[in-house]
Amino acid sequence: MKTHNYLSPLAVVGALALTLTACGSTGGGGTSTTSDDCSAYSSYGKHDGKTVSVYSTIVDTEATNLEESWAQFEKCTGITIKYEGSKEFETQIGVRSKAGNAPDVAIFPQPGLLADQAKTGNLKPAPKAVSDLVDKNWSADWKKYGTVNGTFYASPMLANVKGYIWYVPKTFKDKGWQVPKTWDEMMTLTKKIADDKAMKPWCAGFESGEATGWPGTDWIEDVVLRAEGPEVYDQWVTHGIPFNDPKIVNAFNTTGKVLLDPNYVNGGFGDVRSILSTGFAQAGQPVLDGQCAMHHQATFQAANWPAGTKVAPDGDVWAFMAPPVDASKGVAITGGGEMIGAYKDTPEVQAYLTFMASADFANNRVKLGGAISANKGLDANNAGSELDKLSIQLLQDPKTVFRFDGSDLMPGAVGSNSFWKGIVSWVNGTPAQQVADSIEASWPKS
Amino acid sequence: MDFIGGKLLQVVIAVAAFAAVIGIIMLLVDRAPKSIKDKVTVAGFLAPAAILMLVGLVYPAVQTSIFAFTDAKGQGNGVDNFVWMFTQPAALVTLRNTVIWTVLVPLLSTSIGLAYAVFIDKARGERALKALVFMPMAISFVGAGIIWKLVYDYRGPGIEQTGVLNFLRVALGLDPKQFLLDAPENTVFLIIVMVWIQTGFAMVILSAAIKGVPVELVEAARLDGANPWQQFRNVTIPGIRGSLVVVLTTITIATLKVFDIVRTMTAGNYDTSVIANEMYTQAFRAGEPGRGAALALVLFLLVLPIVVYNARVLRKQREIR
Repeated sequence: MKTHNYLSPLAVVGALALTLTACGSTGGGGTSTTSDDCSAYSSYGKHDGKTVSVYSTIVDTEATNLEESWAQFEKCTGITIKYEGSKEFETQIGVRSKAGNAPDVAIFPQPGLLADQAKTGNLKPAPKAVSDLVDKNWSADWKKYGTVNGTFYASPMLANVKGYIWYVPKTFKDKGWQVPKTWDEMMTLTKKIADDKAMKPWCAGFESGEATGWPGTDWIEDVVLRAEGPEVYDQWVTHGIPFNDPKIVNAFNTTGKVLLDPNYVNGGFGDVRSILSTGFAQAGQPVLDGQCAMHHQATFQAANWPAGTKVAPDGDVWAFMAPPVDASKGVAITGGGEMIGAYKDTPEVQAYLTFMASADFANNRVKLGGAISANKGLDANNAGSELDKLSIQLLQDPKTVFRFDGSDLMPGAVGSNSFWKGIVSWVNGTPAQQVADSIEASWPKS
Repeated sequence: MDFIGGKLLQVVIAVAAFAAVIGIIMLLVDRAPKSIKDKVTVAGFLAPAAILMLVGLVYPAVQTSIFAFTDAKGQGNGVDNFVWMFTQPAALVTLRNTVIWTVLVPLLSTSIGLAYAVFIDKARGERALKALVFMPMAISFVGAGIIWKLVYDYRGPGIEQTGVLNFLRVALGLDPKQFLLDAPENTVFLIIVMVWIQTGFAMVILSAAIKGVPVELVEAARLDGANPWQQFRNVTIPGIRGSLVVVLTTITIATLKVFDIVRTMTAGNYDTSVIANEMYTQAFRAGEPGRGAALALVLFLLVLPIVVYNARVLRKQREIR
C-alpha cells in the first residue's frame, strides 16, 4: 500500500500538536482588596471575558500597587488586565511594535518615546471620552505632553516630582545645619559638611543597566531650569538653542561643582567615578547610615528606602526641594509622569483608558501610597505620605513653574541615548564642553 | 483563561494548516505522472523549505541591505551610514573593539582549551576535571555577565569591598580598581568572560580529537625518540588540525556576534561597545535603523568568509574519510 505513505508525517504532526496542547498553563486570579460595590464603575460597561494587555516600565512594589488600583475595575467590568512591567520597556516597545507584537496598551514614561511611536502610525488616537476627561482634570501643559502633531494620543497617568534632596532631619538638627533656601546656601552647606569630615556631603548613583546615566540628566535639568529659567529650558528641550550652548555647558559645570568634587562625593561608595557603578536604587542608602548627608532623587525615592523607614519632617528621612538660584523668583520644579497610549481601540481598551484618565483611578492609586498625580480631581488628603501631600500641593499650586523632565521631551536619539551616554562619559572624566558637543552632534537633523 | 484558550486555538489551527499543506503536497507528488515524477518529487519536498528560507532569511537579509542605505526617516542617503561608521570616533571605537574581541577570544579560548585538554588527557579524574571547565558553557551569556559584574564590583578605598577581585587587591595592599570603567583594559576584562565560557567548548572538542589520534603514530614517534613537545608538535597537532579549525572558526563567529556580555556588563559605555551592541542601540534606541542595518551588513560580511572557510574545511575532511 505505497499510496498511504503520506499519512505517517501527518501522524507525527498530530502527536506534536497534542504535546503542544499539554503545555498550556492556568493564569489569572482575583485580588482580595476588592469590594462588592460596583456603582462607580457602571459607566464603563460590562466586558466579561475580555483581556487588555498592558506594558510599562513599572515593576516590583509599584507594579503591585498599580494592579491593585484597578482590581475593582477589573472585577466590576469583567475585563482581565494582563500587566507586564519591564525595565527594558524603552527599547522593547519599539521592537515589539515594529514586530507587530505590540501590547494593547503601553504606559510611556517619556513623551518623546510616545511621539516616536505615534509617528510610526501604530498608536491609536485617544477616544473622545478620554480627551474630555483630560481637558477637565489636567492643565493644558499636561495635555500637550500626550499630543503629537495636533492629535491627542495619551492621557497622563501618575506624576513624579523630581529634584528633591533627601536628608536625615535628626542629623541636620544635631549638627546645627539649616535646610538651604538658595543654591549658594546649598553649596556653602556642602563645603561645611565636607570640612567637618564626619561624612561626605553627597551620595549619588547613576547605574541603571542600559539606561545608566539618567539620574544625572535630572541634575542637569534641575540646574538649567533654576539657573536659566523656563524660557531657556523650553528652547533647550526643543532644540531652539543648541545642546552645546554656553548656558547648558554652564549648567554642567555648576552640577560638576558637586558631582565631580572628590571631597563632596560619593559617600559610602568611593570616588567620583563610583557614581557610575552604583545602582540608583541603592545610592541613597548611605544617607540613612550616616555616610553622606544628602541625596538628589525624585519622589519615588520614598519607595527605595528600606521597609519601615519613616518619611516625614520628624521621621528617619525627609526631603527638601532643590533650592532656586534666586529665591525671589519662586519655586521651579521638574517632574515626570506616564502617558497611557493604546495600540488597539476595542471597547474594552477604551473602557480601560477612560478609567485610567478618571479621578477615581488617581485617588485609588494615591491612597495606596508612593505615587502622586497632577489630576485636579485628586484629593491631596488621600496622599499616602507627607511627602506625597507636599508634592501634590506643589503640582496643584498655580504659582509653581512646572516643566516636564527634559530628556523625556527630547528626541529618543538624544533623550534616551546620547544624553545618558554623555552623562556617563562626563562623570568618567570627559570635559563638559566636549560632552555637550557630542550630544549636539547626535541631535537628529530635520 | 480566554487568552490561553485563544493562543491554544491558534496553535492547533496553525499545526492543522501545516499538516494539511504537507499532506496535499505529498498527495500531488504521489499522483504525478511517471515521466516527470522525479522532478516533481524534488520540487515538492524542497519547496516548503525554500519558501521558508525566502521569507525568513533571504527577504529580511535583502531588506536589511536596503535599510543600510537609508536615513532615520527611511529616505535613501547613499553610503552616508558607512561613512558615519568609518569616521565617527564613537563608531570607530566599536569597530576597534570588535577586532580586539575577534583576535583575542578565539586565540585564548582555543589555546587554553587545547593546553588543558592535553594536560588532563588520561589523567586521574579526567571527567571531573573536564566538567569543571565545561560548566561555564551551561551558563547563558547574560548570566555570566551578571556573575562577572559582581566579581568586578568596586567600592572605594577604606570601604568594605563587595567584589571578589577588589577584595583580593585590598588584601594584597593594593588600591581597589574600577575594572569596567577604565578604557581600554575594560574590554579585556569583558573578553575574559567570553574566554571563560568558550574554553570549555574548545577543550571538549579538542580532547575528543586528541583521543582520535591513532595510538600507533604516537608510539612510533616515541620509539623514534621524540620528546613530549615534539610528539605534540608533529603528531598531535596535525592529527587534530580539522577540529582546531572548526573550534577556531566557531568561536570566531560567536565572538563577532557578541552582544549579551557587553550589554549586561557595561551597556557599551566606557568605550566597550562592539558591532552587535551598537547595531541594537542605533536601530532600536537611537531611532537610526539605517545605521543599525549598515552595522548588521558589515557584521554579516565579516562572518561570511569564516563560515565559507569552515564549510570547506568540513567538506574536505569528509572527502578524506
